[in-house]
Amino acid sequence: MMSKIVKTIAGISFPFITIYGLYVIAHGHLTPGGGFQGGAIVASGLILLLVAYGTDWIIEKIKESHLSILESLGALGFIGVAFLGLIFGGMFFTNFIAGTSMLFGGIPTSTAANINTGGTLPLMNFAVGLKVIAGLFAIVLVMAYAISKEEGE
Amino acid sequence: MLYLRRKVNKMIANIPFLAVMAMIIIGLATVVFKRNLIKMVIGVSIIESGVNLFLITLGYREHSVAPIYTASPGGIMSYPVPQALTLTSIVIGVAVLALMLSLVIYIYRHYKTLDIRKLGGGEE
Amino acid sequence: MNILDILLQQSPALIVATPLLGAFLTPLIGKLGYNVRNIFIIIILAVTAFLVFLLASDVFSGNIHTYVFGGTTSTVLSNTVIRILFEVDGLSIFMAIITVILSLAAVIYSWAFMREETGQDKYYTLLLLMTTGMFGMVLTGDLFNFFVFLEITSIASCALIAFWTHKAKAVEAAFNYMVISTIGALFVLLSIAFLYGKYDALNIAKLASRITPVSFSFIDKLSLILLLAALTMKAGIAPMHMWLPDAYGRAPASISIILVGATQASLYGVFRICFTLYGNVIQIPEVSLGWIMVILGLITMLIGVFMAMIQIDFKKLIAYGALAELGYMFLGVGTGLTILSNPQLSLASNSFALQAMKGGIFHIINDALDVGLLFLVAGAVYYATKESSLNNLGGIARNMKYTTVFFLIGLLAVSGIPPMNGFASKLLIYESVYQLNPILAIIAILASIMLLAIMVKVFYSAFLGPKIDRFQDIREAPKSMLIAMGILASLIIFFGLFPDLIVNTLVEPAVKAITHPTSYILWLTGGV
Repeated sequence: MMSKIVKTIAGISFPFITIYGLYVIAHGHLTPGGGFQGGAIVASGLILLLVAYGTDWIIEKIKESHLSILESLGALGFIGVAFLGLIFGGMFFTNFIAGTSMLFGGIPTSTAANINTGGTLPLMNFAVGLKVIAGLFAIVLVMAYAISKEEGE
Repeated sequence: MLYLRRKVNKMIANIPFLAVMAMIIIGLATVVFKRNLIKMVIGVSIIESGVNLFLITLGYREHSVAPIYTASPGGIMSYPVPQALTLTSIVIGVAVLALMLSLVIYIYRHYKTLDIRKLGGGEE
Repeated sequence: MNILDILLQQSPALIVATPLLGAFLTPLIGKLGYNVRNIFIIIILAVTAFLVFLLASDVFSGNIHTYVFGGTTSTVLSNTVIRILFEVDGLSIFMAIITVILSLAAVIYSWAFMREETGQDKYYTLLLLMTTGMFGMVLTGDLFNFFVFLEITSIASCALIAFWTHKAKAVEAAFNYMVISTIGALFVLLSIAFLYGKYDALNIAKLASRITPVSFSFIDKLSLILLLAALTMKAGIAPMHMWLPDAYGRAPASISIILVGATQASLYGVFRICFTLYGNVIQIPEVSLGWIMVILGLITMLIGVFMAMIQIDFKKLIAYGALAELGYMFLGVGTGLTILSNPQLSLASNSFALQAMKGGIFHIINDALDVGLLFLVAGAVYYATKESSLNNLGGIARNMKYTTVFFLIGLLAVSGIPPMNGFASKLLIYESVYQLNPILAIIAILASIMLLAIMVKVFYSAFLGPKIDRFQDIREAPKSMLIAMGILASLIIFFGLFPDLIVNTLVEPAVKAITHPTSYILWLTGGV
């Protein structure tokens, strides 16, 4: 629990950090970045909130079981796309979207950035990004909760 | 004189490798000689940073640009494979560090001390 | 193509992917109930076991299976190998069979052993992740992929060793194991970076075709030493064995049995490096590793047996016994390497080199079954009496009849008494090591006799003897634990009665695969 200035500034900068992190996740197939890097940025934004507002306030809003479900969804998305590559493409992890007319299937023609390319890579980036956000924030949340309980005794 | 200057220019490229060796030795010395549990964890992290630096340095070519096709300015590009290997190694390092720190929290809760010479006397 | 052909072609990826899918689905299915989740996990491992045996039946007839991830076209592009490759030969599928048997036994055992614990979702998730890591380690044909799966296995196993967090000693053992294991894995990564920097290849077959006696220099020697030092540390060979008794002794019993599998997967890594990656340079006199392996194996045997004599903790004693058994495997394979790497020895000595390697590799599966059964028995005794020190146990045999019989079978198997399987592999090792140097075989036989004496002492003090009042009404172990122990015991007796069949079917293709590195490299010229 920090002073009012810290709480206000943390609350203002949290949406910007989240947007920047989601931008890094979404453009992983064009610019440096991807699932883990963007997920770490969003998780550090959440940890900024945790440090500014205190553990008890955050524990009331976000339960650890919800984070566990989000993490499982992210992991299942990743392995589901890999198995779909097996069913539609012939080998595990095949890029079965590239070249077709589905959401991300396009072939890059010039060096200009076209987000509609990449195949299964952006989908896997989203899944890994979700998993990393939930996982990293759960680690720090549980550690902070354990330490705050010890000091409270 | 020019010959010596060219030799120094070529030897400057060796500085990252010297830094790698220094980091690995410092990290090993920290793990072996320090008594605090947190300092041992920091020592492992230093070794890991050294190995990651070595992996990245392998992929450098002289006068090269970043290996990105989006609006690239042309010219030769550095190797992208070591960058992928380093990223994997950093992710593994994060997981290892998180697990080691959780174990340190449990040990502190049992023994109320972080000195490794005072551990090991407790009950089952 | 019918469904079996499709499954056979996709099986190297499915063997790794099925436990991974199970690990990610377990937290969601765990909300439905205790029994539903356990049955789901046993179904996942049964499907994996079916795939392993299907692949084994094809690999044992001589074909090497390769699997390219993410593409159906060729992976060799102007002398560079792209995409990750799985390559399954005789030794890989042999270790996969061991892994799947141990995992099935551990999961069936945990049904009753972990019934009253909290956090069981995380336990089963980590167990399936560890199984995925072990399968990945033994099936892969890419060196950096091997490092990633090695780290997955060691992180999951460390979290499982510290599972009983209310015991301080377990958490200490896990921290010890984690620091040592991480430093070892980082040195593996350093040597992989050296090899990549020099040869620009990460594929094991491509690297093996580029490391030739002409290009052998200081960097190759350095990488070999770093790789072997780190991987033998993970395999528990002396003098880097310090983490092994604590980790095996403090973990829950169902985790100790999978840890045996993880240790042997690291031993597989040592053999793959020595025989296949450096296969072309085995004959160079500077790479004379055979004698080092023999001496280290003997030291491990002696340390394990001597330290087991003074232990009073049940599981730690069995852990030192497992350490001694690791020495036998190293001794057998080291003898084979000594003969194969010496070009001046006559051709007749090649036959006992192959015999030594057959003994060493046969001993891998025997040791996994024997020591696994002993750990499960120790876990059953702890479950019934909540005591782990030999000073406080006694007279259990009256109440726990089946457990006593299983311990007898494990005791006879570990010390190498016929008709159990330990006798067959140890006889092969004694016969061939005697022809290398008689003193080594004598030391090995003495270590085996001392192990028998120690185990008989344990049997007498824990199971026989007068009745103690505190143990009046302990009951027999629950059925699922007995089923798991029964599976292992029946396999031990089967292997012991028909050792010839097992050696010709399972061990011979493994030895042939490891002594002919050219067949591993052969897919490069044919393309995929």
